[in-house]
Amino acid sequence: MSFRSLTSQALVRQLRDLLPADSVLWRTEDLRPYECDGLSIYRKVPLAVVLPWDEPQVVGVMKLCHDAGVPVIARGAGTGLSGGATPRADAVVLSLARLNQILHMDPLARTARVQPGVRNLAISEAAAQYQLYYAPDPSSQIACTIGGNVAENSGGVHCLKYGLTVHNVLSARIVTGTGEVLTVGSAALDSPGYDVLALLIGSEGLLGVVTEVTVRLLPRPECARVILAGFDSTAKAGNAVAAIIAAGIIPAGLELMDRAAIAAVEPFVQAGYPLDAEALLLCESDGTVDEVDEEILRVESVLSAAGATQLRVSRDATERLRFWAGRKAAFPAMGRISPDYYCMDGSIPRKCLATVLEAIRSMEHKYGLRCANVFHAGDGNLHPLILFDANRPEELARAEAFGAEILQLCVSHGGSITGEHGIGIEKIDQMCVQFGSPELQSFHSLKKAFDERGLLNPGKAVPSLHRCAELGQMHVHHGQLPYPDLPRF
Amino acid sequence: MIADLSGLKGAIVRSRASRQCLRIRGGGTKDFYGETLQGHVLETRGLAGIIDYEPTELVITARAGTLLKDVEDVLASHHQMLGFEPPRFNGRATLGGTVAAASSGPRRAYCGAVRDFILGLRMLDGRGEDLRFGGRVMKNVAGFDVSRLMAGSLGTLGLFTEITLKTLPRPPAEATLRLELDQPRALACMNQWAARPLPLSATAWHEGLLYVRLSGADAAVRAARRALGGEWISDAGTFWDDLREHRIAPLNTAEFLWRVSVPSTAPALPLAGPSWIEWGGALRWVPGPQNIEALRSLVAGLGGHVTAYRCPQKPREGVFHSLAPGLAALHRRLKAVFDPEQIFNRGRLYPDM
Repeated sequence: MSFRSLTSQALVRQLRDLLPADSVLWRTEDLRPYECDGLSIYRKVPLAVVLPWDEPQVVGVMKLCHDAGVPVIARGAGTGLSGGATPRADAVVLSLARLNQILHMDPLARTARVQPGVRNLAISEAAAQYQLYYAPDPSSQIACTIGGNVAENSGGVHCLKYGLTVHNVLSARIVTGTGEVLTVGSAALDSPGYDVLALLIGSEGLLGVVTEVTVRLLPRPECARVILAGFDSTAKAGNAVAAIIAAGIIPAGLELMDRAAIAAVEPFVQAGYPLDAEALLLCESDGTVDEVDEEILRVESVLSAAGATQLRVSRDATERLRFWAGRKAAFPAMGRISPDYYCMDGSIPRKCLATVLEAIRSMEHKYGLRCANVFHAGDGNLHPLILFDANRPEELARAEAFGAEILQLCVSHGGSITGEHGIGIEKIDQMCVQFGSPELQSFHSLKKAFDERGLLNPGKAVPSLHRCAELGQMHVHHGQLPYPDLPRF
Repeated sequence: MIADLSGLKGAIVRSRASRQCLRIRGGGTKDFYGETLQGHVLETRGLAGIIDYEPTELVITARAGTLLKDVEDVLASHHQMLGFEPPRFNGRATLGGTVAAASSGPRRAYCGAVRDFILGLRMLDGRGEDLRFGGRVMKNVAGFDVSRLMAGSLGTLGLFTEITLKTLPRPPAEATLRLELDQPRALACMNQWAARPLPLSATAWHEGLLYVRLSGADAAVRAARRALGGEWISDAGTFWDDLREHRIAPLNTAEFLWRVSVPSTAPALPLAGPSWIEWGGALRWVPGPQNIEALRSLVAGLGGHVTAYRCPQKPREGVFHSLAPGLAALHRRLKAVFDPEQIFNRGRLYPDM
């Protein structure tokens, strides 16, 4: 037996009374797969994992844990990159993986009502027969679930034109910390009262557990083409991004890769990227055939004026997919050139792209680590990939310090410490940089309005004021935490 | 009129001390909207002016008392616009009031609502605390999304002082078509067309005529015109402006006007009177006296809600559709987070908060 205490043994017994036998995991070896999410540098084996089959079972778990005072951590596919679903030893992990049914698809109303464990891409696949799709497309869309997308307000390559999760969800059913079921939003375009749905989206599992989501579907564009543009400097590529937007063009996607990223990707994928370029842009246009032709011409002229050294337009669907294949393979490709990498997620005003990329370049020397950049340039959402080797002493700590400095740089340029990955546990200390005490206090009060006992995903997303006070002093010194065990809300 | 933040803060702190409630008022264009007004008027028009506008960033930040018209004029001079096309109420509506009332216009169904364009918001809460949420970047998921929560809160959670919005480039081409269709066929067309990749930017139906606005690349607008048929209207700008501003009968003449928000596929409502339909079928304006309970129960059955938009007297059943008990309790707790003493716009949204 591997129970940690009698109390947890009693809780597991109650959970097993409540749920079918295959819905409660409690042996350490069964809990292992749940010890981390996509941010695997943080691991903890939870007290138990439950895998309910339906909403009433979710309600039962929430009530039981509420009465027992046990924290609950909701989990979708576990692909999150900020440690939003990282367990704690005293918590129950609530997996929504088995609530995986598409309940209803209404092609005329262009909506899909789905359970939270449905994969993001599965919605678009099911809608394809109606020439519809679900627009937000996080890079993990093959695996990540819509419930997790709601928790994180996920974006993706196409959110520049089509919006984030918050713009594409119409309503949700949630279970509160006390086990109460609420419906927020509606199939109409607005609802009476406060926009509680907007507050819930991106709340990282701190306010409620999603048990059903109704999403908006969009008509599939008739055609899409992508321009690949090479530049002899990252600054020129960054400025070209601002120039496209300034020309009144909102492309369907606008991504930037720097030399380090190109060098890692090209041998791996053979996407046809220019190896002599300092940076490349991928700019996608979608719409009707005529519309795309018109936009491509405009983009080409802007890119030429911005100093592109090379311009190629995808001639057919195959070539378009090949251009994108390199971008999509960027993260795995990093795994080939470095034992580990740390993916950051700051956002900045587009006009600061060149300056910030330059500053990151100089930080490479300061921290003695390489950094590749592959990111959503169109909306100023950076994804610096800091390369390190976890087996070398202190490299992880240096990578984390490097990342923290990048995030502070983003804030100092009027940006944010996270564009789409969420705060989780990863960036909880940088929250103190972005928000002051009064705002943090409001977040704590909001949390309480939904979860009086503070049992939903505690320790994530919002740092305690005490912690920030301690950290404020530390930032003056070197940005490392003095008391890693201080309680975080 | 108070023209600075510290003055407004002082007014809030004093009201809190004397337990006197405040009625936040910008241009006063929406005094008719919501439940009965209560409290001392706190004017916000003094807190005006554009703070930051960078066309290449598609972001504008302005003080909440700025006239919406002024914001739109500045955007227009850079070939940009607000995507939610809010009504300007004869040029007197303020940015703050527009956000507080979640006031969106004809483009809403195709482009998004007020809340979809809010990037950040600064406000004074019921303690006079100066709070900033969100920011000035397109993507920002740090902290709870309080800025968007404020859209439609009718000033019951705080006094907005600065608002940051995402802007959009103006479409290069625009055209409006008019087709003769009865209501069921018009509703079917609005929904079917929205499921096709057409550059729709507004639809409206009234008395057997369906109006369809197309906005986007020149090529896309021309192709859609060919595909949809109908008659092309040349002075369409005036038509959409009049609709946006409710300068068309019976929207401006009816003594009673009900705002019915439903899923776009809801069938024609079995009600007498010349209604207007907007937002691809999702917004129906119903004039004339109605049995409010019957109307609400009918619309709730369709998955929607009814607002007593304009009435000679505030209905006993409430201007806004009532909330389920659990959600109503949550609303009271949310109110308490930002305005524990219930100083702001007391009773404007719901009687007990």
